[in-house]
Amino acid sequence: MRRSLLALLIALPLAGLAAGAAGIKYAPIAGGPFRSALKYEDVPKGVRVKPFALMQMPVSNAQFLAFVKREPQWQRDRVSPVFAEQRYLSQWASPTALGDAARPDQPVTWVSWFAASAYCESIDARLPTWLEWEYVAAADESRRDARSDPAWRERILAWYSRPSSSALPRVGLQAPNVYGVQDMHGLVWEWTQDYSALLVDSDNRKQGDADTAKFCGAGALSMDDRENYAVLMRVAMLSSLGGADATANLGFRCARSAN
Amino acid sequence: MKLATRKPLLAFAMLLLTGSVLSLGALAAGKSAPLPADSLYQLSLPLTNQDGRTADWGGRRGKPQLVAMFYTSCQYICPLIVDSGKAIEHQLDATQQRKLGILLISMDPKNDDPATLKAVVDKRKLDTTRWTLASPREKDVRPVAGVLGIRYRQLADGSFNHSSALILLDADGRILARTEKMGSEPDPEFVAEVKKALR
Repeated sequence: MRRSLLALLIALPLAGLAAGAAGIKYAPIAGGPFRSALKYEDVPKGVRVKPFALMQMPVSNAQFLAFVKREPQWQRDRVSPVFAEQRYLSQWASPTALGDAARPDQPVTWVSWFAASAYCESIDARLPTWLEWEYVAAADESRRDARSDPAWRERILAWYSRPSSSALPRVGLQAPNVYGVQDMHGLVWEWTQDYSALLVDSDNRKQGDADTAKFCGAGALSMDDRENYAVLMRVAMLSSLGGADATANLGFRCARSAN
Repeated sequence: MKLATRKPLLAFAMLLLTGSVLSLGALAAGKSAPLPADSLYQLSLPLTNQDGRTADWGGRRGKPQLVAMFYTSCQYICPLIVDSGKAIEHQLDATQQRKLGILLISMDPKNDDPATLKAVVDKRKLDTTRWTLASPREKDVRPVAGVLGIRYRQLADGSFNHSSALILLDADGRILARTEKMGSEPDPEFVAEVKKALR
């Protein structure tokens, strides 16, 4: 385990530079057993998260601008509506310029899942899975799992209760968590690779009832930890989105599997 | 300000003009005409069918398509998906049937190799001049589900929890209609859309 982490630390910055993505830093995440706030009928004992690496900060406007310049098919005037809705990157002054309303160090938002996936692929990375995201988001500055601490929960919830009309702060203002990852809470919502695996029936009474459920097959999701509102809100939001959708507060960061 | 708005208008008018020229060209050129921006075939998607042949789904251009996602080891709804496709076919006359392609895309490419797909074709007596069962590459499953609006999760035992839909594409791969009503009694509104597309 230690050796693979060390290998990650050495290999990742070099690989990042090679892909023309200077300045992007990943934090190594040691794997481990994890109990999701979601209840999966098919894995009652929880899951094991494999070691991986996660970007320390969400992708910024400047980084995404460099990407659409490298790959013009992702510019907002050229992208297919199959991959990104009309409001895609609408906060930018032009298809290839940020302008005054979008600062370079703000997290990029108004991005679709297809565009976020393409960005990560362009730097030999991928979007994190929901479980990977939730695993890292469970940490605070000193603990890998701070979720049972009421003070931690309240601090996170305070962000969700703030109006989102004001301008987004820049990335990296918050203290790093125990992994060295920043802004998991309190800045933007984030895409996950498997956003469309979050099958949450809007009507809880239908869960487990094969005749009325919207989804076929066993293993419907329900909420195991009803106190963890912050996580539940993220799940509800992701489960309502399509792959071409974009919103004012939805950004992303990339991950890499450990070899 | 007036000038600023007029210029894009002019550009727009010119675009419209060239657009109509292009669409005339498309009629003549058929498959070689540029793909519409809102065509699902914008997604690069190599599919391997029940005969082991691999080709991008964009090759299906030229004929309206009925598309759904499924997996062969599914006990409950996937037989229903085949039933739904058959039920819609029953509503069509022979000429209409020939004009429609039916494409079932597997969400389980690890398991659904050509032989496994072929077994379903044989068991369900599907005419492969009209029906295609095919698997994408593993990394393409979530993207194709994304453009079709299908949600799914693989469970610990290898089966899937998933939403089900039939999607009607026009000859250029644009979505015309969609239904989540599965089974042997087809959604009448959806059938009407299919017939309209085959006129």
